Amino acid sequence: MAKTALQFQHNGRDVAIFVDGGTNLLVALRELIGDMTPKFGCGQGGCGACSVLIDGELHLSCLTLAETVAGRSVETLDGIKDGPNLHPLQRAFADNFAAQCGYCTPGMLMAAKALLDRNPQPSRAEVVEAISGNICRCTGYEPIINAVLSAASGGRARA
Amino acid sequence: MTRHRGRGIASVNYPIGMNLGGDPSQALVHSNPSGKFTVALSSIDLGQGMKSVTRQICAETLGVPVEDVYVDTADSDTGPHCMGSFASRGTHRVGNAVMAAAREARGVMMEAAAEELEVNAADLETDGRGNIHVKGAPHRSISTKDVAIAAQFKQGKTISGRGIFLVPLSDVDPETGEMSPATCYAHACLVAEVEVDDETGEVDMVRMDSAYELGRALNPRLVEQQLVGGAWMGVSHALYETPEPYYPEPVHGPRDFVEYLMPGPGDICPHDIAVLERPAPDGPFGAKGPGEMCANPVLPAVANAIFNAVGVRIDDLPITPEKVLRAIKAQGGARPQPRR
Repeated sequence: MAKTALQFQHNGRDVAIFVDGGTNLLVALRELIGDMTPKFGCGQGGCGACSVLIDGELHLSCLTLAETVAGRSVETLDGIKDGPNLHPLQRAFADNFAAQCGYCTPGMLMAAKALLDRNPQPSRAEVVEAISGNICRCTGYEPIINAVLSAASGGRARA
Repeated sequence: MTRHRGRGIASVNYPIGMNLGGDPSQALVHSNPSGKFTVALSSIDLGQGMKSVTRQICAETLGVPVEDVYVDTADSDTGPHCMGSFASRGTHRVGNAVMAAAREARGVMMEAAAEELEVNAADLETDGRGNIHVKGAPHRSISTKDVAIAAQFKQGKTISGRGIFLVPLSDVDPETGEMSPATCYAHACLVAEVEVDDETGEVDMVRMDSAYELGRALNPRLVEQQLVGGAWMGVSHALYETPEPYYPEPVHGPRDFVEYLMPGPGDICPHDIAVLERPAPDGPFGAKGPGEMCANPVLPAVANAIFNAVGVRIDDLPITPEKVLRAIKAQGGARPQPRR
């Protein structure tokens, strides 16, 4: 099958790749662009490990056809830190012991970022709701919820 | 429809590691050209924090800053033998091996320092900040980096140590069946409070209160993260997860996270934890290990709480709404038990 040319913004940088029809965004990001931060968990939208932002909105990259992001802006965990400085959410995750094996962490961070971008001072219930599509095996969620709340109340270094 | 509250308790006596076969772990410690130290292990850190804890144990035993120790692990091509990361054995077994290796390396380091300072090694002590000095005379001092350089370039010594931890084999007495399967036990007690819906059979966690006795907590924040997260793995086993819902019939088993259920962030409840530190005589700095024990008491406590709430005794995990409803129906309705 002929490949399709695809252009979009990846963490603020223009990228152009050729994709097979039916390629999902997760595969395009990991295998064609080399951004390994979105994780393959279940491949069917059940775990949230592959979460990315498309034009600022939270999406499951494993269920998104790569061709649908043409001309749009895709943000992954790889793009949220500022040079060597961690994003306030990443700092808060480290300070609150919100990661153990770390496999869910990229998806959790993107879900949390999507929340704080639209609601900088969320309630605990709003944080729970925001990460409810993401499964974590290790932490029992409590440290993750606390990390998001502390990043919110600690003020945000970057919009 | 009525929602019934119930409370259940469970206590566990938890053996650390598995002693059949000796349950050995090995560690190698050596100084690098920079005067810092590398610990080589084959043990695996899955996120529980074993790298941090073995780093602390090595630094404390050597008498050097924790920043000066690097732990290289999870590569069986370069590391010595290890049974693995399971049975809550990491801190205790691997920690003991690291301690033995670091003790041997410290002996070489102190001998090398003694040669440089022209004193007896027995008169030297470490300050934990990267220096070795004569006891009572801190100005007669040499940095661990300079000791490493002297050992490598002048004295021709490798500052290194080997460590193994192996539990003495315990055979079964053919007459009595008696044996000592473990050398070290941790303990836990957990009270679970649940709410059971007698129309849907659903069980909601209301709160948990627990106490864990795990020897000395070498890294209290890592212990806490294990206890907080592990309890939810216990809840997950008690109420949600199974690959064989109709065991031994494999059909209709779960195929994905829509069918293989796990608690989400909306299912959690408050959990109050008390950590009791009673150092283990054979543990590294008195440590046992939280490990699997984080999850174990939750299962019987939840089963007991369900009995307390609606009077049904379910001994087949996970305790799904279907099982609860069938049991309530079989006994002709919910029978809340007295709360103590």
